[in-house]
Order: sequence, then C-alpha cells, then structure tokens
Amino acid sequence: MSDKLLEMSGVSKRFPGVYALKGANFELKSGEVHALLGENGAGKSTLMKILGGIYSIDEGKIFIEGQESQIHGVKDAQKYGISLIHQEISLVPYLSIAENIYLGREPLTKTGFIDKKTMVGQAQKFLDEFDLGLSANMLIHQLNVAQQQMVEIIKAVSFRAKIIVMDEPTSSLTDKEVEFLFQTIRSLKAQGVGIIYISHRMNELFEITDRITIMRDGTYIGTVQTKETTQEELIGMMVGRELTNYYVREFLPPGDCVLQVRNLSRKGVLEKASFELMKGEILGFSGLVGAGRSELMKCIFGLDSFDQGEVLINGEKIKIKNPNDAIKHGIAYVTENRKEEGLFLIQSVQYNITIKILHEFIRFFRVRSKYENTETNQYIQELSIKTPSPDQEVKNLSGGNQQKVLISRWLATKPKVLILDEPTRGVDVGAKAEIYSIMNRLVKEGVSIIMVSSDLPEVINMSNRVAVMYKGRIQTILPKDRFSQETIMHFATGGN
Amino acid sequence: MSQLSLQEKRKDSALLQLGGGVKEFVRDNMGILIGFLVLCIIISIVNSSFLTANNLLNVLRQTSTNLYLALAMTMIIILGGIDLSVGSIMAVVGVVTSSLIALFGAPVLVAVAAGLAVGVLFGALNGYVVATTVIPPFIVTLATMNIARGAAYVLTDGKPIRVMSDSFNFIGSGYIGGVLPTPVLYLVILLIICYLIMNKTKLGRYMYAVGGNAEAAKFSGINIKRIKLFAYTFSGLMAAVAGIVLASRMFSGQPTAGNGAELDAIAAVVLGGTSMTGGYGRIGGTVIGALIIGVLSNGLNLMGVSSFWQYIVKGIVIMVAVYADVIKRKRG
Repeated sequence: MSDKLLEMSGVSKRFPGVYALKGANFELKSGEVHALLGENGAGKSTLMKILGGIYSIDEGKIFIEGQESQIHGVKDAQKYGISLIHQEISLVPYLSIAENIYLGREPLTKTGFIDKKTMVGQAQKFLDEFDLGLSANMLIHQLNVAQQQMVEIIKAVSFRAKIIVMDEPTSSLTDKEVEFLFQTIRSLKAQGVGIIYISHRMNELFEITDRITIMRDGTYIGTVQTKETTQEELIGMMVGRELTNYYVREFLPPGDCVLQVRNLSRKGVLEKASFELMKGEILGFSGLVGAGRSELMKCIFGLDSFDQGEVLINGEKIKIKNPNDAIKHGIAYVTENRKEEGLFLIQSVQYNITIKILHEFIRFFRVRSKYENTETNQYIQELSIKTPSPDQEVKNLSGGNQQKVLISRWLATKPKVLILDEPTRGVDVGAKAEIYSIMNRLVKEGVSIIMVSSDLPEVINMSNRVAVMYKGRIQTILPKDRFSQETIMHFATGGN
Repeated sequence: MSQLSLQEKRKDSALLQLGGGVKEFVRDNMGILIGFLVLCIIISIVNSSFLTANNLLNVLRQTSTNLYLALAMTMIIILGGIDLSVGSIMAVVGVVTSSLIALFGAPVLVAVAAGLAVGVLFGALNGYVVATTVIPPFIVTLATMNIARGAAYVLTDGKPIRVMSDSFNFIGSGYIGGVLPTPVLYLVILLIICYLIMNKTKLGRYMYAVGGNAEAAKFSGINIKRIKLFAYTFSGLMAAVAGIVLASRMFSGQPTAGNGAELDAIAAVVLGGTSMTGGYGRIGGTVIGALIIGVLSNGLNLMGVSSFWQYIVKGIVIMVAVYADVIKRKRG
C-alpha cells in the first residue's frame, strides 16, 4: 500500500464534557474519491477540521504519504497540501475572485505591495483552465452559488492540494452544476489528487466515490467499496439499525381544492404561475435553483408583492399584503434557510415553538407558562424532537431537530396549507425519515402541503403531483404515473 | 460569442487599472459625487465668496482634522468594528503635548512625539482588548472614550493649558510656501498612506476579508488579532495627529477638545458609502463624505446660518444622503 496518501488512526477529540471523536480511523489513496458518511453529529466535520488544522488533535496519529505529521494550524495543513472546502461558502463577498483565491498568500512585488498583475493573471489562468467564462476581477457577490463553489475548488487546486475535503459541496447546486462538479472531481482524480467527499445524498455517493467510510457517534464503523454496497446497507451502518421504510407515505384520495393560485406574475421573477392545491395532498415543486419556486411561495405568503394574479382559499379570493394576512387564512411557510430566516438560534426550543401563538396563552399581560409548557411538550413528543429540555437553546440542536422545531412553530398555528421549502436540506437520514412520516401524518389529518425540493427522489416518493418550474413559469404539473427523474429534469431545463 | 465578450470585459478591466482607478473611483462613488457637486453649485450661486481659492483651501483645512479620524475610522468600520474613543483621545493628546511644552518646557518635537505616543497607547489598548476578548468594539471604545476624556480633565483640572510657542503654533496654523496650510499637507500624506494600505497591501486586503467573512479569513490562515490591533492602534495615532493639530491651532490643550469628533468621523465614513456591517467601503468615498460635511458647514457659515441650525441641517443631510445611497445600491 505505497500509494496511501493519508492515514488517520485512533483519532480522539474531547470537547468540554463530550467526546466528539473516539478512536476514529480514516485512510485515503491518491486518485481516490473517498466518502465520509454519517448522521449529523457523527464526527465527520470534527475529523476533517482536525485534518485542516482548525481543531487540535487530542489523541491519535496522522500520516501523510507515510510520514507521521503534526498539524498545528491552517498554515501547516496548507503546507501538507490539504485543502478544505466548507459546507458554508467561505469566500469574502466584496473581494474579487483573484483576491479570494490568493487570500492569505498574496504574491508581492519587490517593494512589498501586492502584485495585482501576477495575482490576477494566475487566477485567470485557473479560471480558463476550468473554462468558467469568468473574469478574475469579478467580485464574489456578483457570482451565483455554483460559481462561488467553483471558485472554492479552484482555490483548493491552486494550492496544489494533494488532499481536498469537500463538505456537502452539492447542497446548493442544481443537477447540471453537480454534473460539472463531478467532471471536475474526475479530472482532479486523474491527476492523483485524493478527495474526501462528505454528502448526505446517497445517489451522489454511488456516482462519484470509490470507497465509503461510515462513522457513528464519533467512532469508526467501517469502510466499504462503493461498488459492493447498497443504500440499505449504508443506512443500516449509519443509524445502527435497519430503516425498513425510508419514505413513509400512504396515498389517500385528495379532497376539494383548498388553495388556488391564478396567473401570479412578478416582473422578472414570475410569469403567470397558476396551480391548485387539494385538501390532503402533497404538491411537489421541482426546478433548478433560481427557477422561481421559493419566490412564488414568498408571494403567496405575503413576503414579496406580486404585480398580477390572484390567490383563492376555498374558492374565495383573498388579499395577502403581508405574512400576517397569509397566516390568518391558514397558510404557513417553513423557509429553506432555517438558520437565517427561520429560527431564533439563541433562544430556547419553547420560545421558538410558541412565538406565533403567544396570544393564546396571554391573559392581560402575563404569559401563562402552564399552557405554554403543555403546548411545547406536545410538539416535542409528537415530532420526537430530541432536546434535553424545552429550555435548551436551539443552536445546540442538530439540523434535523432544528427543522422539527421550525415545523412545530408553524403547526402550532393550525395551518390548512403548509408550505415546506427544502424541508430536509442539511438534515441527516434518520431525521429525514421522521420528517417524511410527519408529513404523511399531516396530510392524513387533512392538511395540504406544498413541498419545494431539489431532492428528486424525495419529490418523487412523497408527492401526489409535481409542478415543475422553469424561468419563473410553471412548465407542467405531472400526475403520479408520469413521475421519473428524467421527465422532471426534462421540464426543469426548459423542455416541453 | 461568450469568449469574445469575456475578452472585452477583461480588456475593460485592464483599462480601468491603467486609468489609475479614476474611472473606478467615479463609478463607485457616482451618487455621492453628484450630491457633492450639486451642493457646491448651490452654495456658490447663493454666495459668491464660496468659490474662491482662499475659501476652498479654508474648507480643506477645516475638513482635514475630521478626515484624519475618518480615514482610520473607515478601516475600522470595514473591519466590522467602530472606534468611539477618538474624540477623547484628541483631547488627552492635546493636553499632554501642551503641558509638556508650557509647564515642563519640553522641546516641541519631544512634546509632539510624546503626544503621538499617548495616542498610540490608547489605540493599542483598544485594539488589544477588542482582539483578545469578546467585548464588542462599541463597548470597549465607549469605555476608553470615558477614560481618555477623564484623563484629560484630571491632568488639567478642567482648565485649558495655554501654549506660547511659535514653532508649536506653526504645526497647525502654518503655511507651506505661503499657500498650502500645514494640516492639508499632513492630510495629503496620510491620504496617500491610507490609500496604499487599503488598496495595495496585504493588510488592507485582510481588513476587507475579516469584515466580509471572518470565518473565511480564519480558514485562510489570516492573523485576525494582529489586523485588529493594527487598525485600532492606527486610529489612536490618527486621533493624536488630529489632537495635536487642534491644540496648535487653539494655542492651548483643552480637555473639552474633540467633543463629538468621533461622530463626525463616522458620519463621513457612512456618507462615503462604507457599510456599517463591515466588508465593504472605500477611502475615496470617505474623503467625499468628509468634504460634504465640510462644505456644508462652510456654506451655512457664509450664509450666516446659526450654528444651532447647522446641526439640524447636518442631521437631515446625513439621513437623506445615506438613504439615497441605499436605494441606489439596491437598484444597482
């Protein structure tokens, strides 16, 4: 095994009170794409942050190309050719592409000033190599998410990185962009670069990786050859039990039309969007990023105004000028950005769940905590939110449980129409299945759900019908018997 | 097709660089530049003595003290911080310098050096606490603002310290070659230094990085603490320069000097389009922002508007200008 690029063995890391990692192992060969798989909190990110020099190691050894190596900081990691691409884009918005690529190691002129010409020239060479059609002088905030992701990758490549860690690189990319990313990964692979790939999306793992290492609760569970495993086996290893039914869904005949949207238009964003939502159905919304799905939902919920069109609830035309109007008519909207637009992170679970219904508990000026506690506990139980207590700060919860808290807040308003925007983004497999079963229960109880999602298997397995959007228009609404990834992608890319 | 337009785009940006950034400067500050010119035109129509070389130099001289502070404030705000202590540092520096000359007979150069050192010390204290603790910059500098102001009162027992020294007086009131006021000369030098720092050096680049995305800066191996320490120390130094120039012009170190100066500096920075949340801003914008404030008060003086009313006008102008700028940015 001379081509072993990286070996981490017996790695442990303690945070006050808890073991984040306990004797974790990992190895990577050159030219290999090796996935690191595990639920949130399994220790993947901690392990990678140790490799990247962001956390220090408590116990264990790291060998790079057979040599035992000490990584004491970001600069050390860079020296060893290790480059991390983070889940959240870590670029500086008002600096140019070139400035971001060379951040922290700018070429200097003899007089000690930044050698802008060399820097821009070099960066441009990389950009052209990847055939991106971008100028190195463009500012990061002018780029879309996929382009920013590519800049991150170029940054890694420009370090002559031998080991590149990609943490959920596709979470905000469209399928086309993912394909481009995979091409890039394949060409890096051909150059002998080792890639550590972290993702929750199973189909991606099967497409791009060679081996998969599974972690659980900070420990090493096992490593499998991608070709020789199945999704069921992987999920079983991750959660430590067999998940028999992942997509929980019983289809019942839907009822009457609850929500009707007619010719909704907003200049430059939406064009004559019309659809109907039936009682007790899940209507999926598919499309590429920027197709106008979230924008449409924001108009219906009164967050954005629209120029033309109307919204009807139970056949009656309603006026929605702000979210309060929408809430009064029984519409609830669970945002796709739960941390930025949804949760009050430094407040408690209880605070977050009851914020929209406080008026129900208030007599005169006093919030009657007895009633508030009852309500909170009910949701914690019903949605099995894993929290030590209702007073726990939401920021300390895992992504899946945060999502459940946010959903609880909206369920508490007793909505008739529940809009879920990317309900399982950044949520681990176990919690995903739980969210699906919550959705299933809700539609059985007569709630109607609109689910905006970029996860095609999820859309296909959970929806009664799927609306596909393209450039602000609803391209088609597919019935269940026409569901397939190919058909949806065909319409999502502008086909008829 | 796209290849072609790309090449054009690149040529375009190369041209911009050749143009010495003038085009870039105009483009970045279009809105506020127009506002500034309109203001100048209105004032020169109302009062013919505005547009004379003498008066314009006068405006520049009056603006320069504010600009010393505002240049450093731009760096700190880009960095995502704030420095409320500069006005008080001006006072304590002025008092120390004046006392050394008037009470201890120290040579002017020594007194000035000591004054600058006091400013640097206060700035470094700000920087050290901001960089190494989690106390927000607003609170840290609010505290040093009080400490510095208090020190100025304690040292003087609340009374101004008169200085009778021609060479000290020359520092703030002299003319180079009989035309160029000394404060304006300092301003030009400091402006060049700040421009170079912000646009040509790693240091400036890192300030944008820390203010724009501190995590990214950390992951790029940038020493955030050192950058903060530098910016606040530099701000202390600039406050010291302002304090000495002011003391020199007033023939005295006054414990009340520079009262509210930090707010004028912040106003200039904000008028110049720098984002209060950090990560974005330009030195050039701050210069125009300070000039707007300077020209405005000069114009109102020429028109004989009372200084009480001037506060109200200044407040309205700041609010309208910043609002217009926000609207413009949203559209652009």
